[in-house]
Amino acid sequence: MTLSIIAALPLLGALLLTTLKQGQVESIKRIALGSSLATLAATVLLASNFEIDRPGFQFVESYSWIPALGINFQLGIDGISLILILLSTILVPVVLVSGWYESEGGRFSVKTFYVLVLVLETMMIGVFAATDLFLFYILFEAMLVPVYFLIGGFGTGARQAAAVKFLLYSLFGGLLMLASIIGLYVISSNQIGRTFDISALGTLQIDNLTENFLFLGFFIAFAIKAPLWPLHTWLPDAAKSATPGTSILLLGVLDKVGTFGMIRYCVELFPDAAKTFTPLIITLSVISIIYGAILAIGQRDIKGLIAFTSISHFGFITMGIFAMTTQGNSGASLYMLNHGFSTAALFMTAGWMISRRRSSTIADFGGLQRVTPLLAWSFFIAGMSSLALPGLSSFVSEFLVLVGTYTRYPIAAIIGTIGIILAALYILIPVQRALHGPVTEGNDGLPDLNRRELIAIAPIIALIIGLGFYPKPALDVINPAAKATITKAGMADPLPTVGGEK
Amino acid sequence: MGFTAPVLEYSALAPMLVIFAAAVIGVIVEAFTSAKLRPSLQLAIALGAVILSFTQVITLRGTTTTTVAMESVVVDGPVLFLQGTILVLAFLGLLLIADFEQFAAQASAIPGSPEEEVATKTGKVQTEIYPLTLFAVGGMMLFPAASDLITLFVALEVLSLPLYLMAGLSRRRRLLSQEAALKYFLLGAYSSAFFLFGSAFLYGFAGKVSFQGIHNVITSGPGNDVFLLIGLAAISVGLLFKVGAVPFHAWTPDVYQGAPTAVTAFMAAATKVAAFGAALRIYYTAVSGAVWSWRPLLIVIAIITMIVGSLIAISQRDVKRMLAYSSIAHTGFLITGILALNQSGITATLFYLATYGLTTMGAFALVSLVRDASGEVTDLNRWVGLARRSPQLALIFSLFLLSFAGIPLTAGFIGKFSIFSAAYENGAISVVVVGVLASAIAAFFYIRVIVMMFFAEPGSDSVSVIIPSRYTMSVIWVAAIVTLLMGVFPGPLLDLIGSLSTLVR
Repeated sequence: MTLSIIAALPLLGALLLTTLKQGQVESIKRIALGSSLATLAATVLLASNFEIDRPGFQFVESYSWIPALGINFQLGIDGISLILILLSTILVPVVLVSGWYESEGGRFSVKTFYVLVLVLETMMIGVFAATDLFLFYILFEAMLVPVYFLIGGFGTGARQAAAVKFLLYSLFGGLLMLASIIGLYVISSNQIGRTFDISALGTLQIDNLTENFLFLGFFIAFAIKAPLWPLHTWLPDAAKSATPGTSILLLGVLDKVGTFGMIRYCVELFPDAAKTFTPLIITLSVISIIYGAILAIGQRDIKGLIAFTSISHFGFITMGIFAMTTQGNSGASLYMLNHGFSTAALFMTAGWMISRRRSSTIADFGGLQRVTPLLAWSFFIAGMSSLALPGLSSFVSEFLVLVGTYTRYPIAAIIGTIGIILAALYILIPVQRALHGPVTEGNDGLPDLNRRELIAIAPIIALIIGLGFYPKPALDVINPAAKATITKAGMADPLPTVGGEK
Repeated sequence: MGFTAPVLEYSALAPMLVIFAAAVIGVIVEAFTSAKLRPSLQLAIALGAVILSFTQVITLRGTTTTTVAMESVVVDGPVLFLQGTILVLAFLGLLLIADFEQFAAQASAIPGSPEEEVATKTGKVQTEIYPLTLFAVGGMMLFPAASDLITLFVALEVLSLPLYLMAGLSRRRRLLSQEAALKYFLLGAYSSAFFLFGSAFLYGFAGKVSFQGIHNVITSGPGNDVFLLIGLAAISVGLLFKVGAVPFHAWTPDVYQGAPTAVTAFMAAATKVAAFGAALRIYYTAVSGAVWSWRPLLIVIAIITMIVGSLIAISQRDVKRMLAYSSIAHTGFLITGILALNQSGITATLFYLATYGLTTMGAFALVSLVRDASGEVTDLNRWVGLARRSPQLALIFSLFLLSFAGIPLTAGFIGKFSIFSAAYENGAISVVVVGVLASAIAAFFYIRVIVMMFFAEPGSDSVSVIIPSRYTMSVIWVAAIVTLLMGVFPGPLLDLIGSLSTLVR
């Protein structure tokens, strides 16, 4: 099982879909689901062969692609990429099952929806597995196209405007990154010959000023992707307009490309510049944490609420990354995984609530606990995971991030903990309004989760609880990669100063 | 005073000679054959000549002959590549022209006059467009190959004059078309005057008209720098006018809009190739010794061209005008390639020219298919919901637009990437940054068109797309396939250009 085969599987499924007629809705859905499940199975198989203790990239593949420019089709994964690929391949079938009817009634045909999702899956796997900067960039930008059509073609409300805003924001960031990539490429062709191999690029000698500019090009692109205040304004619009499934992929996976990029490119390629900008970035992260949380409290729209909680969570992830400690870094990586699952659970349940009630205003719900207990419990668990309740997966990662940050930036970590308190507010208030209390008029006849929906949510909730009690497997995979990142950045973990000996 | 008979290397000149000969034959055919036979015969001659010429170009690949025709023409790798590109574009352009029924039946008749009506009714269509195209093609092939100022000027006129006429040949909206032609002609005449003026000064500076001679005088230094600067400035104005760089771009939108779309397609694609080919030769060889004088100027021009082109394109409501401003922005990118002044700059510019030319050709070909009862519809507001009526065409047009915008996996991206990296290599970082920002602006209006086609509800006055004839459709398909292929596997073309990219003085 190789990475390129795994990445090709969804694409093959998409090609197969194009041969079907528009009308064969059921078989289109089955084939799409089948190929995403096959991809998941293949990924799990690959993961079982992953050697935790081996440093560097594994399952490396390299083919010459555009020799004139020194570009290779080069794949390889370390622990962080592995868990993100797993996250993507788990979420795609879940999205397909949970939103079985999401593809209907859009501007385009059902077939188009599944083709877009499967093409997107290929790109998601590729973007995390790419070890050639050019390949990464191409996938990073090309991913925008399917998402754009998914939001604009199948969303609700002001979907067009949201899709365009998303696309323009991302393109702008991508172009800044392109300028930096060109700079890096020219420096590499002067020093070691034309190459985009990220291991080789890490060895370049770059003068400080240039490095700062190159770093900023990358960082702004990633900070738009994993929205960091003040570059976040596209996210709530996109999340409100997109279908729940698209939102899951957008917030759960695509935005992780941003935080993943910060680790893999910003920190590893430009360690000095990363250190220079760390105070600024930590400040922005803290602002994001608090700002996202406060705005989440004020949201009336349930999708908007989830979007703003995500901005807060991305603040935590970014803080963990730029704390430049092993704990912070592995916490951030684990957070990416956990945030993917908890956001997926939130969006899934929110989507079911919205489609049942035909409203996304929180105030329209009430007493769901009595009418639809299963749905209510699912939403509750997802919400608890989002506020990082101990015993659920997010707790571990949030704790690690805060501990890792505290050793170097105690003030930031302390302010960050306020975010946890606010999280309790933004989750518990909607939980109280929507789930408890008297049954609101119009809610009495709502059906509870059916079997398909249970099948979709069960594995996610199992993962949330499982990783909450026993995060070791994920941490085992992440830790070596996090250590390697900190080493590449030329940092050492600060020794504990309280308590003296270790 | 002795007279030396010129020595002509016919084999090396064959590609151009074939085209010129066919053009002359075309004129004779126009005069002596029946109206019924003419269209197919003319097309056959023109296409045959282009194919024959192309085979000549291919056989010339790898020859060691460099300067020919008494050192007035250079045949080197870039020239052959550019000539090949121009021929491919000419081939596709001829197919479009053959398909396009919208030429004036009798261009010499006054618009709205009885003579015109008669000519239209009886179907006695004149087909002078074919020989005109061939003359233009011949001029374009000579333009980048010229190695002295006189030949360069002759080539410039040979390529321009037929284009002025062709721009005025539209059957519908003839006045607009003729206005465009007149504007193009007048401004073109001014720029030719500038060009000639500059040539005279350069001659005054160097005492020679050959690029080699000018180069020698610049490097050895006995010339008068004032003459050099005036000459250089004036020649640059002439060239920048032809490529449509700001502030010499004013003709572009009017001409692109007014000219028959098939002609616009050919002109937009092929003229740019020829003019940038010549610009490459002049800046890289003749005046490369005086780089201090012209590079800062070109940097400024590149920057304002990219910005102005992208910004004004945003406000356009007509698809042909929008493409015109987009082509201005692309001119800015191409000037960036010239600024790079290195081997990668040549490769990048050649690649960009070839792929951009094809994409432009395809885009305009597609525009010519979007019609309603009264003819072509170029008003963007009426393109709304095009994807509903013709999803395939809308998808292909999106591909072209994405390539113009430089989105990865299209040829436009590879072109942009290689041009910017070449410029960055030579320290023109400011241009690269502006270029990247201009791309972001440009993305906005390309995407707006995609939104209109795909996401807006079609109104009552939306257009129908006619069932296209196979020539136009094949041009569109070729352009689309190349655009995609060169975005995914540009390796072979880049290698080919790399092996051809040594400019000979």
